[in-house]
Amino acid sequence: MLKLKLLLATSLAATTLTMTAQADDPVKVGIVAPLSGPFSDYGQQFRQAIDAYQAQHGKSVGGHSVEFIYKDNGGPDPGRTRSVAQELIVQEQVDYLGGFVFTPNALAVAPLINKAKTPAVIFNAATSAITQQSDYFVRTSYTTPQVSVPVAVYAKEEGIDKVVTLVTDYGPGIDAEQAFAKQFEKDGGEILRSVRMPMNTTDFGPFVQGAKSEAPDAIYVFLPGGPPTYGFVKAYADNGLMEEGIRFLGTAETQELDLQTLGSSALGLHTGFHYSQAHDSPENQAFLDSLHSLYPDAIANWASVGAYDGAHVIYKMIEATGGEKKPEAAVDAVKGLSWISPRGPMMIDSDYRSPIQNVYMRKVVKGESGELVNKEFKVYEEQPDYGRFEE
Amino acid sequence: MIVLSNIIVDGLIYGILLFMIAVGLSITMGLMRFVNLAHGVFAMLGGYVAITLISSVGMPWVVGVMLAVVVVSLVSIPLERFLISRVYGRTALDQVLLTIGVTFIAIALASLIFGTRMSAMPLPALLSGSMDVGFRTMPAQRILVLISGILVFLSLWLVIEKTTFGIRLRAAVDHPATASAVGINTRLVATVAFALGAGMAALGGIVGSSLLPIEPYYPLKYMVLFLSVVAVGGLGSLVGTLASALTLGMVDTATKYLAPEYSSILFFIAIIIIISMRPNGMFGRGVNV
Repeated sequence: MLKLKLLLATSLAATTLTMTAQADDPVKVGIVAPLSGPFSDYGQQFRQAIDAYQAQHGKSVGGHSVEFIYKDNGGPDPGRTRSVAQELIVQEQVDYLGGFVFTPNALAVAPLINKAKTPAVIFNAATSAITQQSDYFVRTSYTTPQVSVPVAVYAKEEGIDKVVTLVTDYGPGIDAEQAFAKQFEKDGGEILRSVRMPMNTTDFGPFVQGAKSEAPDAIYVFLPGGPPTYGFVKAYADNGLMEEGIRFLGTAETQELDLQTLGSSALGLHTGFHYSQAHDSPENQAFLDSLHSLYPDAIANWASVGAYDGAHVIYKMIEATGGEKKPEAAVDAVKGLSWISPRGPMMIDSDYRSPIQNVYMRKVVKGESGELVNKEFKVYEEQPDYGRFEE
Repeated sequence: MIVLSNIIVDGLIYGILLFMIAVGLSITMGLMRFVNLAHGVFAMLGGYVAITLISSVGMPWVVGVMLAVVVVSLVSIPLERFLISRVYGRTALDQVLLTIGVTFIAIALASLIFGTRMSAMPLPALLSGSMDVGFRTMPAQRILVLISGILVFLSLWLVIEKTTFGIRLRAAVDHPATASAVGINTRLVATVAFALGAGMAALGGIVGSSLLPIEPYYPLKYMVLFLSVVAVGGLGSLVGTLASALTLGMVDTATKYLAPEYSSILFFIAIIIIISMRPNGMFGRGVNV
């Protein structure tokens, strides 16, 4: 009798144990991002934003805890990205991937996620064609044409007829140049000159002077963040283009991580983009409050909001599939999903799995405590990925 | 006509900046036959020290800049004495490995202390605007680059041509063995020249920060640029370094105005042409061992 009781008790305990184990078995999400080296800001922005999301919405969804595992892929390095993603899928048994800063890296994992059937959420990479390489890609950032086209529309509306484009000579720069020029010329504007500046440019003075001598109404600019943006913006200010009425039109150049460093040279620059830290909405305020309660010095930029919304999409996929590995159902569940993001209203396009979202025209002004902010003054609503029509 | 004068003015200033940063490298490479890949570290360090002294400590601009140059020169002395000097006379590979290691350590330290993004150099009001120089406006900071570059050249020229130290330095560059046989303390000359070169690089890094912004990857990013200037100019030659820096600055600027898409490739084609015509550089005197 005693033996039987013991047996019962043990088996009961064992069952309870298995049940707890099942409930505690977390859904794993692998984040591929640069965590070291010159691009480690991205990794930091992603991590902070995901932490802020989990602090707001809990570390579990539908009774399944969600665990984010971060892996370093250094920078633009397709080979390493592929092996890091493979390690996450095979060794860590992740059900979802997230991250991906650079387009070549995202493209490199396409064959992998097709084979493993792992949904991958792109937090940043902004080339239109990526999501066509795999049905498991979902993007929560933006695409270069998506933000460039509204800037061209805005320019024409402002009575700007003649523009010189100056872009850094690499994939995203050329995409931006073409998207802008196509829309601007369609609306009857004239591109006086299209300048492609080499990646390793340090002295932007000659380019800026050259553009100035063409006497355009505005220049349209695309630059990678950091030193090139700083050098260009300084050259624009110092060579007196603004005083001559040649306006600066751009997209991500005045992004929040660089903005304070740009200093007073940045005042008055006009950009069109999908996220400003100064976006005035309760959702953005809640995000920033959560972010700052964890990281008091954190700065939110587009990479942050890309990761924040990426976490949201992953939560929705986990919720829809009850925490089980059903990749097709997971991706289907977020097609056409719409919600209010800190950036404003957004939706995942059900065909292209890329955002449809507002693009805001902003101007750099001094904020309440003297810091520089991207102040939104005009909105182009529900902008699609204009790049998708090209294929 | 406007384009031509723009090319000359912008090229001159870019060239002068390259000269300021590279001249120390040229002298130490000529003097000790030492391949120093870590030279850009001094320019970066100068920038960071100046930013810290001016922004955080609150020193007046000129004082902060001068103190930063002195600090970098002083820091370079123990580095040369205890680390760099160990690989003098060793194979080029040993020297390259050591100095690239120093570069990586410097990058990691700078990232740790100042963050991976660039830091902005504070500027006094006088230098932050632009000036009308007749046919165009010029950033005031560029004029500062021009003036300090000319001062650096003149003072180095005076030191090298007119002082006893200069005589010893030239002797040590031309023929180290003979120089040391006639009683010149070439080790001391090397240390002083190294510190001097580091100080010049720091000054160049500070005044040129609008062209080459201060960031942790500075030493790696511009390494090839500085080495090109030295290779084209000829090791150890003051005039050669100036001529080379101005030539490369002009070529780079001219191609940016006239053929922007090809400017980086034309820059290197120019280097190849010059080096193939004068393998020891424009003013190089060949290698004496």
